[in-house]
Amino acid sequence: MSALFALDPLLEGGIGLAEVLIVLLKTLVAFGLLLVGVILMIWFERKLISDFQNRVGPNKAGPWGLFQTLADGLKLIMKEDLIPAKADRRVFILAPFLSAVPAFVVFSVVPIGGAFTPEDDGVVRIFGHDTYMQLADPPIGVLLILACSSIAVYGVMLAGWSSGSKYSLLGAVRGTAQMVSYEAALALSVVVVVMLAGSLSTHDIVLSQSAAGYEIGSFGLPRWNIIATGLVPFVIFLIAGTAELNRPPFDLVEAEQELVGGFHTEYSSFRFALFYLAEFMNTITMSAIIVTLFLGGPAGPVLIGPGWLWGVVWFSLKLFVFLFIFVWVRATLPRFRYDQLMNIGWKALIPLALGWILLLGAINIGRDEDWNMGVVVGGSFAVLVLCWLLLTTAVDAAQRNRAAIDDDEEVPV
Amino acid sequence: MGYLDGFRVTFKKLFEERLTRDYSKHSTGGKRVKPVRLHGRHVLNRYEDGMEKCIGCELCAGVCPARCIYVRGADNPPDDPVSPGERYGYIYEINYLRCIHCDLCVEACPTEAITESKLFEFSFTNRNDAVYTKAELMVDDDGLPKRLPWEDWSDMGAVAPLTSAWMRATSPNGAAAFEGRVQWSGELGFGVRPPEQGQSVPEDEVDTTEADAIFSHPGEPGGHGADDAPGEHEARRDEGR
Repeated sequence: MSALFALDPLLEGGIGLAEVLIVLLKTLVAFGLLLVGVILMIWFERKLISDFQNRVGPNKAGPWGLFQTLADGLKLIMKEDLIPAKADRRVFILAPFLSAVPAFVVFSVVPIGGAFTPEDDGVVRIFGHDTYMQLADPPIGVLLILACSSIAVYGVMLAGWSSGSKYSLLGAVRGTAQMVSYEAALALSVVVVVMLAGSLSTHDIVLSQSAAGYEIGSFGLPRWNIIATGLVPFVIFLIAGTAELNRPPFDLVEAEQELVGGFHTEYSSFRFALFYLAEFMNTITMSAIIVTLFLGGPAGPVLIGPGWLWGVVWFSLKLFVFLFIFVWVRATLPRFRYDQLMNIGWKALIPLALGWILLLGAINIGRDEDWNMGVVVGGSFAVLVLCWLLLTTAVDAAQRNRAAIDDDEEVPV
Repeated sequence: MGYLDGFRVTFKKLFEERLTRDYSKHSTGGKRVKPVRLHGRHVLNRYEDGMEKCIGCELCAGVCPARCIYVRGADNPPDDPVSPGERYGYIYEINYLRCIHCDLCVEACPTEAITESKLFEFSFTNRNDAVYTKAELMVDDDGLPKRLPWEDWSDMGAVAPLTSAWMRATSPNGAAAFEGRVQWSGELGFGVRPPEQGQSVPEDEVDTTEADAIFSHPGEPGGHGADDAPGEHEARRDEGR
C-alpha cells in the first residue's frame, strides 16, 4: 500500500495521525479549490463567450453576474428530479456520478504549486512535514489520468443508454465512439512526454521540465515539454483533449441543435447539475493536465517571497491561458460533422502521434548511442513521409473500393 | 491562414463596443425612447373638467378583433352626470390576456375616450389582474394613467407625452394645407400636442417652446425630472429624421 504513495515524501517515514490530517487537509483544499474553480469557470466562460459574440452576458446576479452560477445551481437543485418511466433506474442514477467523480479524481494528481526551479524540487513544508502541493503523487499518475477519462466515457454511455430515449442513445453512441477513438490519440501523445521524463508520476514530469532551459544565443527558452517534444504532441493533445471533453467543436455528444442535449436530454435537477459540473470541471482538469504535461506546471522563476506561492501563481496563469483558449475555440469554430471527426481522429491524429513517438524514440536512441544526428533525423523523417504516403494511398484505395461496391457511379477523388 | 481567420474575427469582438443597453438601469442607457406609434395598454380619458369621455357606445367592443373589450353603457344620472352626453360607460373592462394592441378600438372611438399609452411592460400573476376594470383604465385626476403595482412606469416622464398613437398615425401629416394646424383635441394631463410641421420647415427652426411647456409635467412621480420630457421629445424627433 505504501508503495503506491511512495513518491510523496510525506508518507515515507510511516503514517501517523499528523500525516492523515495533512492528507485530509489537502483533500479538502483540492476539493474546495476545484468547486470554487468550477463556479468561477462557468461564470468566466459565459462572460467571455458573450464578449466574443458581442453580447453582455450574465450581469444581474451579484457584481458582474458573479453569483449567476450559484443561482443556477440552486435552481437546478430545487427542480423536480425526474426519472423517465422507460429508464433503467439504477444505471440512470449511477451515470452522473460516473461522470462527475473522475473529474474530481484527476485533479488530485495535478501539482498546483511548489517551487519548481533548477535548484528546487517542489517540496513544501506543512506543519514540519515535507510534502508536495498535490493531493496524491502515485507512480502511475499519467495512467490514472487516462483511466479516469476512460471511466468518464461510461458516464456518457450509460446515461444515454439508460434514459430510454432515442436522442439520448444517439448522443451516447456518438460520444462513446468519439471519446474512445480520441483517447488513443490522447494517450499516444502523452507517451512522448513520458518517454522524455522517464516517469509516469506527474511530479517527476514537472520536475523534468523545471531543469535549466535551452540557450539559443542570448535568448533563453524554458525546458518545457511543449518545446522538448517539438510542439506536435502538444497540438495533438490539445485537439484530442478538446474532443475528450466534448467541447465545441467536438460537442457532437450534446449537439443541442440535433439531439436536444444528447445523452443528458432526460436528466433534470441535481443529476443534470452533476453532468454540467463534470463538464466544466473536466475543462479545468484538462487544462491543468495540459499545463502539467507540456508547460511545466508550476515551474517558473521565483522572484520575491516564498517559492511555493510562485508555483501557484505560474500554474494559475498557465491554466488561465488554456481556459481562455478553450472558450475562444468554442466561440470560433463550428461543430464538426461526425465523419470529419472520425477522419481527423483515426486518419490524422493517431498516425501522426505514432510517427512522432518513433521519431523522438529514434532521436533519443541516436543521442545515447552517439550516432550522426543528421542521418538519424533525416532518415526518420524520410521513413515518416514514406509511411504517410502509404497511409494516404491505402485510404484512397479503400475509398475507391467502397465506392465501387456501393454503386457504379464515378469514383470520388 | 484560412482555418485560423475565424479566431481573429472573434478576438476582435472582445474590444468592440456593445450595443446592448442595460435596460433596467438609467445610468447605463436605460430604456429606449418609445416609437411614436407604439401601442401599449389603454387608458380611458377624461375632459379637463373631470368628466369621462366614454359614452358607453360599445363601438370599441364591436370592432375589437380579439373580443377582449366588455362595455356596458348606462344612462347618466341627471343630478350627477359622469359624462357630458346622455349615456356613460357603466362597466368597461379590457382583458389583456386577449388584447393584441391593434388600436382598432382607438380608431373606432367617436369621443377619443380610449387611447393607448406607451406601457407594454406589465406582468400579472393571476387572471384578475389581467382583466383591467374601468377604475384601473381611467386616468387619474392629473390625466395620467394609473400606475398599477404590476406595471413598470419607471420611464413615465418620457412616455407620458406620447400617449395617443392613433391620432398621429392617421392625421393628414405632411399635407401642405394642414401645416402648422393642431390636429388633435386635448387630453387631460397630456394637453395639446404641437402641430405637425410640414417638410417645408427645417427641423431646427421649429418653435417648440410652447409645446415643451405643455409636455413637461412638474413634479412627475415617475422618477424623472420635470425637464426630462422635452429632452426626450427632442431626441425622438432627431431619431425620426
